[in-house]
Amino acid sequence: MLEINNLHASVEDKGILKGINLKVNAGEVHAIMGPNGAGKSTLASIIAGNENYEVSEGEILLEGEDISELAPEERAHKGVFLSFQYPVEIPGVSVTNFMKTAINESRKANGKEEMPANEMLKLIREKSELLEIDRKFLSRSLNEGFSGGEKKRNEIFQMAMLEPKLAILDETDSGLDIDALRIVANGVNKLKSQDNAVVVITHYQRLLDYIVPDFVHVLMDGKIVKSGTKELAYELEEKGYDWIKAEMV
Amino acid sequence: MAKYTEDDLKVELESKEYEYGFYTELDSETFPVGLNEDIVRAISKKKEEPQWMTDWRIESFRAWQEMVEPTWANVNYEKPDFQAISYYSAPKDVDPNKTLDDVDPELLAMYKKLGISLDEQKKMNNIAMDIVVDSVSVATTFKKTLNEKGIIFCSISEAIKEHPELVKQYLGTVVPQKDNFYAALNSAVFSDGSFCYIPKGVHCPMELSTYFRINQAGTGQFERTLLIADEGSYVSYLEGCTAPSRDENQLHAAVVELIALDGAEIKYSTVQNWYPGNKEGKGGVFNFVTKRGLCEKGAKISWTQVETGSAVTWKYPSCILKGDNSVGEFYSIAVTNNFQQADTGTKMVHLGKNTKSTIISKGISAGKSQNSYRGLVQIGTRAENARNFSQCDSLLMGNNCGAHTFPYIESKNSTAIIEHEATTSKIGEDQVFYCNQRGIPTEKAIALIVNGFSKDVLNKLPMEFAVEAQKLLEISLEGSVG
Repeated sequence: MLEINNLHASVEDKGILKGINLKVNAGEVHAIMGPNGAGKSTLASIIAGNENYEVSEGEILLEGEDISELAPEERAHKGVFLSFQYPVEIPGVSVTNFMKTAINESRKANGKEEMPANEMLKLIREKSELLEIDRKFLSRSLNEGFSGGEKKRNEIFQMAMLEPKLAILDETDSGLDIDALRIVANGVNKLKSQDNAVVVITHYQRLLDYIVPDFVHVLMDGKIVKSGTKELAYELEEKGYDWIKAEMV
Repeated sequence: MAKYTEDDLKVELESKEYEYGFYTELDSETFPVGLNEDIVRAISKKKEEPQWMTDWRIESFRAWQEMVEPTWANVNYEKPDFQAISYYSAPKDVDPNKTLDDVDPELLAMYKKLGISLDEQKKMNNIAMDIVVDSVSVATTFKKTLNEKGIIFCSISEAIKEHPELVKQYLGTVVPQKDNFYAALNSAVFSDGSFCYIPKGVHCPMELSTYFRINQAGTGQFERTLLIADEGSYVSYLEGCTAPSRDENQLHAAVVELIALDGAEIKYSTVQNWYPGNKEGKGGVFNFVTKRGLCEKGAKISWTQVETGSAVTWKYPSCILKGDNSVGEFYSIAVTNNFQQADTGTKMVHLGKNTKSTIISKGISAGKSQNSYRGLVQIGTRAENARNFSQCDSLLMGNNCGAHTFPYIESKNSTAIIEHEATTSKIGEDQVFYCNQRGIPTEKAIALIVNGFSKDVLNKLPMEFAVEAQKLLEISLEGSVG
């Protein structure tokens, strides 16, 4: 599904990613953990196509195709989804209207007709139930005045609507109380299949109790320094990151 | 009306030029350039006006000569040479008693290009329309249907002849001849415009609409609109404007007077899309307009405007809330791009008790443009319990444009409650990236964000206009980000 080879990236000449290698197969869940400032969010942004970062070396393959030169919307049309750590507000644009536009733009790009209104309504109903979202919420302006938890739940709702091939969840657990965390994780688990893949970026092991990863990677100083199974996450929770640093020396 | 799809929008967005910039070869009669008393008399004579009207014009002209152009607005432009303009231009062979079938086929072709199919309008849309090309009104539709209700909707020239008592009673009562430099000029040389009278208790069954078009080069357009809603009546009125793309600036100085008698309601909506000039700031229309309405007891006037055109705009649709319990509203979206300059807003003058006003202004600036909101809320000594709520939001696109807010408040009554809110925001790269990430391309993302920003005002427009306005917003901001 996703293959990243020797990825180097910088912002304003400051190197952030220093040779990332990562392979995620369809049907897998990968977790990326690491201390603050390690480059986790940068990696997520770069996969999504944020042009504020300069990619100096390496490639990003989605289903074998190099997407590193594509515009962010083109990557989205190919099935890349990023759940933002800090979702932005768009005043006056309702969640429903936003989703309608997003879905139809992707369909258009893939040579499909617009989704008929009744189908759209059905989809919205189905997915909002999945994430236990009140219908009234959907007519509110996108992210405006949403609580932290509502924002995150709304991100996963969008993911459910768009049914991406590759979903990257950037700190989706931050700002969630335990009930919301359960709902969000439950949503992600239901969306998981043999045809898609999920990359979870998180600080804490907590989320991984709910979304169980097949692999855990530790990102430090722009590189993946250690990979393992979910036991690695417990180990990190217990011991912190310093022991890995020590191991590296 | 055919359904407007997103693909249509896309096609329109791809044709980046000002789409109304064509010129139609019409056989026109145009006066020599220059302005003096003889020209004023000649206009009046041409229109076969009664003596009182000629005198009124001359009086205005003399006042105008003593006046100087206002300079307080936050705009910079080369002053028009008032002696280099022709003050009268008319497509030939316009018979005041014409029916649509007699209209010059070239004219009809032009309407079609403007998206106004009169035949279709006649049949399908519930809109009666008056069309003003250059200086004269060329067609008014739906007259018969309106007549049955006692509604008068015709050109102002016709009204001067057919309904002199009404014109005499109300003309200049809301915007006096000497009100300001451009109003005085208009009073002297106005060549046509629309007139409308809604009788007592009548709810006008359809939208009334005037379409203004400047066609000839080197001419000014000075139309005059007078709208009287008698006691307890209701009318919704729409106004649209376009002009050909020309390198020189064209002057448009209109006056609109609204009179809402006891318990009447007037909704006045404008979509102004005069030629804004090219990307380098050459050409474009100078839009210097005086619009004002008077509310008697319990009356309500609501102005809604979408301003996307003109090189320079100077316009403050206002309400004089004279009667107790009267209501004034102003909803505005002003978009400026490239080198456009707009100084627009409103005046709410509270004279009566329990009067209420609402001001919602949305300014969107892009390119190197300057966009100013200027508003006055004035509470008189007698205006017990007056209320005002103002909200002025500015949206900036890019780093070379400006947004300014000049709110003035004068309260002479301690029971008044006045609220003012203002925000300035920028379309953020992060907002655009967020949309991109969901598969929405940048142009579409900006359209979405701008429409969201303008929603409160767009919602106030009649349906037919809302779609057009939304389209216009998107086209006006073409290529302004990224």
